[in-house]
Amino acid sequence: MEFKEKLLSSFFALQEAVLLDDNPLIEDRRNQAFKTFEEKGFPTRQQEAWKYTSLSPLLSEDYVIFPSGDVGIHPNDVKKYFLYEMDTYKIVFIDGVYSPFLSNTHHDGFDVNLFSVALNQKQHRRTIDTYFNTIAPSGEPLVALNTAYAHEGAYIYIPKNKAPQSPIEILHFSSGDSPALWLQPRNLIVVEQGSEAQIIERHQSLVEHPVVTNSVTEIYAGKNASIEYYKIQDDLDSASLIDSTFIHQETHSHVSVHTSSLGGKIIRNNLNFHQAGKAINSTLKGITVLEGNQHVDHSTLVHHAQPHCESHQDYKGIFRGSSQGVFNGKILVDRMAQKTNAFQQNNNIILSDKAVCNAKPQLEIFADDVRCSHGCTVGQLDQNALFYAQSRGIPIKEAEALLTYAFANNVLESVSIPFLKKHISLQIASKFGVEMGFGV
Amino acid sequence: MIPFQIDISLVNLRNNDYSNYSYYCWRIQEIKGQKMAYTEKELQEKLETQEYQYGFYTDIESETFDKGLSEEVIRKISARKEEPPWMVDWRLRAFRTWTKMKEPNWANVQYQKPDFQDISYYSAPKKKSKYKSLDEVDPELLETFKKLGISLEEQKRLTGVAVDVVVDSVSVATTFKKTLEEKGIIFCSISEAIQKYPELVKKYIGTVVPQRDNFYAALNSAVFTDGSFCYIPKGVRCPMELSTYFRINQAGTGQFERTLVIADKGSYVSYLEGCTAPARDENQLHAAVVELIALEDAEIKYSTVQNWFPGDKEGHGGVFNFVTKRGLCHRRAKISWTQVETGSAITWKYPSCILKGDYSIGEFYSIAVTNNHQQADTGTKMVHLGNNTRSTIISKGVSAGKSQNSYRGLVQISPRAQNTRNFSQCDSLLMGNNCGAHTFPYIESKNSSAQIEHEATTSKIGEEQLFYCNQRGIDTEKAIALIVNGFSSEVLKKLPMEFAVEARKLLEISLEGSVG
Repeated sequence: MEFKEKLLSSFFALQEAVLLDDNPLIEDRRNQAFKTFEEKGFPTRQQEAWKYTSLSPLLSEDYVIFPSGDVGIHPNDVKKYFLYEMDTYKIVFIDGVYSPFLSNTHHDGFDVNLFSVALNQKQHRRTIDTYFNTIAPSGEPLVALNTAYAHEGAYIYIPKNKAPQSPIEILHFSSGDSPALWLQPRNLIVVEQGSEAQIIERHQSLVEHPVVTNSVTEIYAGKNASIEYYKIQDDLDSASLIDSTFIHQETHSHVSVHTSSLGGKIIRNNLNFHQAGKAINSTLKGITVLEGNQHVDHSTLVHHAQPHCESHQDYKGIFRGSSQGVFNGKILVDRMAQKTNAFQQNNNIILSDKAVCNAKPQLEIFADDVRCSHGCTVGQLDQNALFYAQSRGIPIKEAEALLTYAFANNVLESVSIPFLKKHISLQIASKFGVEMGFGV
Repeated sequence: MIPFQIDISLVNLRNNDYSNYSYYCWRIQEIKGQKMAYTEKELQEKLETQEYQYGFYTDIESETFDKGLSEEVIRKISARKEEPPWMVDWRLRAFRTWTKMKEPNWANVQYQKPDFQDISYYSAPKKKSKYKSLDEVDPELLETFKKLGISLEEQKRLTGVAVDVVVDSVSVATTFKKTLEEKGIIFCSISEAIQKYPELVKKYIGTVVPQRDNFYAALNSAVFTDGSFCYIPKGVRCPMELSTYFRINQAGTGQFERTLVIADKGSYVSYLEGCTAPARDENQLHAAVVELIALEDAEIKYSTVQNWFPGDKEGHGGVFNFVTKRGLCHRRAKISWTQVETGSAITWKYPSCILKGDYSIGEFYSIAVTNNHQQADTGTKMVHLGNNTRSTIISKGVSAGKSQNSYRGLVQISPRAQNTRNFSQCDSLLMGNNCGAHTFPYIESKNSSAQIEHEATTSKIGEEQLFYCNQRGIDTEKAIALIVNGFSSEVLKKLPMEFAVEARKLLEISLEGSVG
């Protein structure tokens, strides 16, 4: 595997030239992670967790690992990807390099900052030492690869009892300046006791060129904290994303992660919740609308380690063309975790003969006083409903779009930012090439 | 409710373990001593002291090969069974494949891997069984049945079971042969079939479970010593339940039997399989292969009550049950698997249906009960290849003690299979806080017209339900048995009547002492 060799051989050089760690603890974690990746390499389909998703089509390109970064983008080119033109905190990266011109960070009271800054400033050292690479597991080779190269990304720190006025946007653009690009952003989000945050993450390439993003996000939710995290994945067909998100929740915290996967070559979402306290609520929602040769793999794990916790998963998939959808959801209930209430649902609609849907909802339960259930369906649109719509004068294309939209709607309903909800609705409508009146 | 006495006698008769007369008499005396007023409570007490009721060892003089496995051993087995050369070649091919294969370890079970050189691959009773048919049964035994108010003729009718008894991998007796022959049904041991009907065996063996299918199937193909063979001719509806009873008797032996059931066009057969083994301190290996072939419009119903020795309370001993079962459905054929799994230390078993023909139907009904240190990884595969194929999966898991119970299933829709339909349901019941219940359902759909539904739940026995029973004077232990029976009734009602009675009792025995 050539690309692996390249990554391995360039690590030490980059460590001396770019990373410049002055914190021995971080350096140690990096070296450990590097060793893990060196040993394990990229996951293959032989591994159970990657049974339905192959990374090999991604690994043939000669990727640039550390791009130059002096690419300028005019705000007008990327305006449409911002949720609001103003009013939000923004951290914008172009080809993995921070763009101060497009960003709107915050340092007063709470931090909406850069990971590279946090790594090197004394005042953030305690947070970095405590949380960096401690929430993510050490054995995952792709996470380890990211850790070894971890340099840039978003760093959000909300201290006790604070709530930022507006949502925080994390945007990654790839400009197409390098022929092929391998990005490894690393985000660390710490929301302390009693605080709140709304975060929107988006990866977008501006020009068709091979780009792979191996992103790792670690989220810590303190006692009574509340986090809403939205992932918008609507990239060009040349871009791939491997997203690993690890969430550590303390007592009485609420975290919801909402993933809209609407486009991309290969998207893999590893979403892991670890419930470390009592009475925790975790919500996982997902909408997947695919066409062409797109491939999306949702791999979720909710680990119930303490009693009286809840988790709620709801993933909807709509597959057209020769797209492929994978859902691999796992609920793990420890012996300690009595009175757990875990729910998981995965519904899929296949609209073409070449589309493929693979699902594997798993339950692993070691406690007896629990209520765990999962449901999984694969089917088509209701022919009677389609006929009804047509008999009322709605053309078939619109009728299909309406039914599909209705199918996905209960996941959409959980988006609590109105602008964002409208944005996703518009995106879904445009996928079906119909006007459903969301633009008004 | 059927009176208890009838119940026991049914169990014994069905097992038809004639080689085991002393045990018989013991059971019957037990019944005689209790007269008619035998209550459920006494049964419970009996069961508690009894532990594993089939844990006896029969002192039959038997011929056992030295431990170890090599091409020479396979040739020896084949020579002993006077098999034709093509069979020897077939075995050796399987053996060569097997030596290149690795033991699978993806299942959710932990155990000490068996040493395949430390097993004897051939053990057969030296003397043939005394009883070839029910008419030859000891008069004393007949007398006892009479006293119970059931004549044997009636028994015969009531159970309606033709039995092929396999002790330590060799078929001992097949009953009801005449009745079956009249209809043209072939029901005999597979060694006999290889001798008498080589063209049938040659045509079908290994077509559903190929030699290289998996590690244990390859091992079985190389060393299988006996098993049952069944052929139902065109358009014949088999008038009675066919049954095989498996027993591992000798110590240090593995059992490798091979079952081949062929239902020709438009025929119907219901096939039962029961398994027991003596209680031993060591682990015994059972690696069977079952192949079902349902030709056009045929229907096969295959029921298993598996009660291998599960090991003692500390988890010592017990049978490793690594079984490959698969059925092939041609056009409009139907295969229905029903299984009640209460035994074995380790179960690794996935009865599957390949729905090759259009309009074919696959069904899987299962109850798996694990207690103490048992581990079960069981489920099914439904492979939809034909158009308009349908499958139903109902799986119920009950875990108690320190056991682990997993459901692992696959529903696969091939791109060319139009209008397929699948419904799966797997429910788990947890009793106590030291056991685990797991589900690994795989759903792979490659066709847009497929409709697949899957649902799974895990819960414990509701306290309200228990309280309600207690309040009506039903003690907790009994209430649990009641609730578990209700939980499993969907599957139990798919079993043939007399099997269902046995299965119900087995469930109760298996959950003995699991109430915390």
